[in-house]
Amino acid sequence: MMSFISYFINGLSLGSVYAIIALGYTMVYGIAKMLNFAHGDVIMIGGYVVFTVVSTMGLGPVAGILLAVILCTVLGVVIEGVAYRPLRMASPLAVLITAIGVSYLLQNIALLVFGSNPKSFTSVVTVPALKLLQGKLIISGETIVTIISCIIIMIGLTMFIKKTRAGQAMLAVSEDKGAAQLMGINVDGTIALTFAIGSALAAVAGALLCSAYPTLTPYTGSMPGIKAFVAAVFGGIGSIPGAFIGGLLLGVIENLSKAYISSQLSDAIVFGVLIVVLLVKPTGILGKKINEKV
Amino acid sequence: MKKSMKKLLSLAMAIALAASLTACGSGKTSETTAAGEKAASGESSGAAASGEGSFKIGGIGPITGSTAIYGQAVMRGAELAIEEINADGGINGAQIVYNFQDDENDTEKAVNAYNTLKDWGMQMLVGTVTSAPCIAVGAESSNDNIFQLTPSGSAVDCAKFENQFRVCFSDPNQGAASAQYIGENKLATKVAIIYDSSDVYSSGIHDKFLSEAANQGIEIVSDEAFTADNNTNFSVQLQKAQDSGAELVFLPIYYSQAALILAQAKQMGYEPQFFGCDGLDGLLTVENFDTSLAENVMLLTPFAADAKDELTQKFVTTFKEKYGETPNQFAADGYDAVYAIKAAAEKAAITADMDASAICDALKTSMTEISVNGLTGENMKWSKDGEPDKAPKAVKIVNGVYTAM
Repeated sequence: MMSFISYFINGLSLGSVYAIIALGYTMVYGIAKMLNFAHGDVIMIGGYVVFTVVSTMGLGPVAGILLAVILCTVLGVVIEGVAYRPLRMASPLAVLITAIGVSYLLQNIALLVFGSNPKSFTSVVTVPALKLLQGKLIISGETIVTIISCIIIMIGLTMFIKKTRAGQAMLAVSEDKGAAQLMGINVDGTIALTFAIGSALAAVAGALLCSAYPTLTPYTGSMPGIKAFVAAVFGGIGSIPGAFIGGLLLGVIENLSKAYISSQLSDAIVFGVLIVVLLVKPTGILGKKINEKV
Repeated sequence: MKKSMKKLLSLAMAIALAASLTACGSGKTSETTAAGEKAASGESSGAAASGEGSFKIGGIGPITGSTAIYGQAVMRGAELAIEEINADGGINGAQIVYNFQDDENDTEKAVNAYNTLKDWGMQMLVGTVTSAPCIAVGAESSNDNIFQLTPSGSAVDCAKFENQFRVCFSDPNQGAASAQYIGENKLATKVAIIYDSSDVYSSGIHDKFLSEAANQGIEIVSDEAFTADNNTNFSVQLQKAQDSGAELVFLPIYYSQAALILAQAKQMGYEPQFFGCDGLDGLLTVENFDTSLAENVMLLTPFAADAKDELTQKFVTTFKEKYGETPNQFAADGYDAVYAIKAAAEKAAITADMDASAICDALKTSMTEISVNGLTGENMKWSKDGEPDKAPKAVKIVNGVYTAM
């Protein structure tokens, strides 16, 4: 029983990292209706920025995260403007391929700039670990901070979309780009804003991912990125609370299947569960059913 | 207007991309030339010491590129050994000429380097340094029947042909050697393993370790794998090791994952003895790594620069004087490779005027009859299939440096 709880908690901490990445995925998909496969690599860039600022330049973690947020936001807007905007009218498949291309571009740039040697990341989290039951159960500070950040981001995003004009514009763009434009909404600007927010989230996710699993390589973002995408689909892509729940569930399922079934097959089991969920509920756990207009 | 701006921008980007590509290209060319010059100068200095009837030993390894550290170490280690031997009267009275070629850890360049050396008249080959080029060159050298001794090619296929021998342990044999070391030194009886089942190096060591553990009275209490796609979260594997009461956790993996495992074990408050193979070599060089995490980690490596024996001390001092750095295990492998060739050549009484094929035939037999006291092992012997037989050595990380056991 004890070890079960421990596996469960470790699963939650893994899941919280997936969740925070999935929030960015689902946000961009929900508004721009495109899968930004470069999201994981923006996370990696964010990680490197924090690493450079904190470990090389010796500034504090807050400065590191702030700078990472700024740089990633700029990077997100640039990627959107250069790689995705020219393809706005193209088929979704073309955009998907471009996104994969951007993902490789970012990885290779990081490889060129930072080299392939792994770097050990100093955690930006200073919250002490929570020890329960005489230290038998340990919830790391990173987990606590990640889950709290997830909840704050989730609430913040929901409020932003519901309460602000820019958020309303996003909703309108996601419903119908053409109609939104006719109503006087700046579609390009709104989508750029979506990418800016998504990439800022990626910077935060990068700092937390690298704090929880402290090695940094140019490929750090790619696998968590794919898992987080799965988590977003699992929870219902486009749904912000869905990404959070999907992320946590994915982490717990992965860890429990590692513990009780097989440490090698855990990925296969995770993806198997995804298939089952999608067969039963094609839109994911919290996904909205979209009625095709006739 | 907007459209033309866009075109202009994409044109500018295309030009920038092309420029950066050419920049990379030219950088690479200059690097290769530099390496070529280096090798050429190495050759000329060797040639100066030679007279008529000298042995021509070739070497191949990466002295530029991302694995340059290995190739340079082997080149220097071998060079040092050859200078000592030459000063001491050479092999069977003949001096050695040495020519080391760069392969940048690339199979094609390695074969080119091999052909260059063959044209030069190489009689014996020390190399290649890294596994993939070694396998590629092996196909050529076995065709030509030229004796090949790799200092550090550890993949199984690096000693596939009859003319190929190696100084280091093969990947899987490190598993057997680790089990022997743990068993003989009574480090632990309950052992947990965490390995990468998607990697041939790691799973090769793991399989051999499992089969040898039984002979050494080691009980494997937990045997957990991970894969390349799932190599950041080790909480489950570590917790299983902890729950099973393992005193030692065997990590036949590379250092980047080991760094994570050590950090996560510390988070859990789990402090077993960690034991790894040469894949862990490099742990201390991870940028920004907290070396206190690696305190007391043991790893099987053939050479520790601070070992107290006379041979190591002398080697380390000379190496430092000549190259200004502390030699690593690759330098020691290169040094031992040359002395192994010397021993085998003296045993077979070969002479410098024999052709490469005749020398190869003679050495193939004599390699299995010699016993060499080297830096990487005492009484090293070789079997017919090219594998070395020597006692495994381990080092312990104490205060952030390797310490001989």
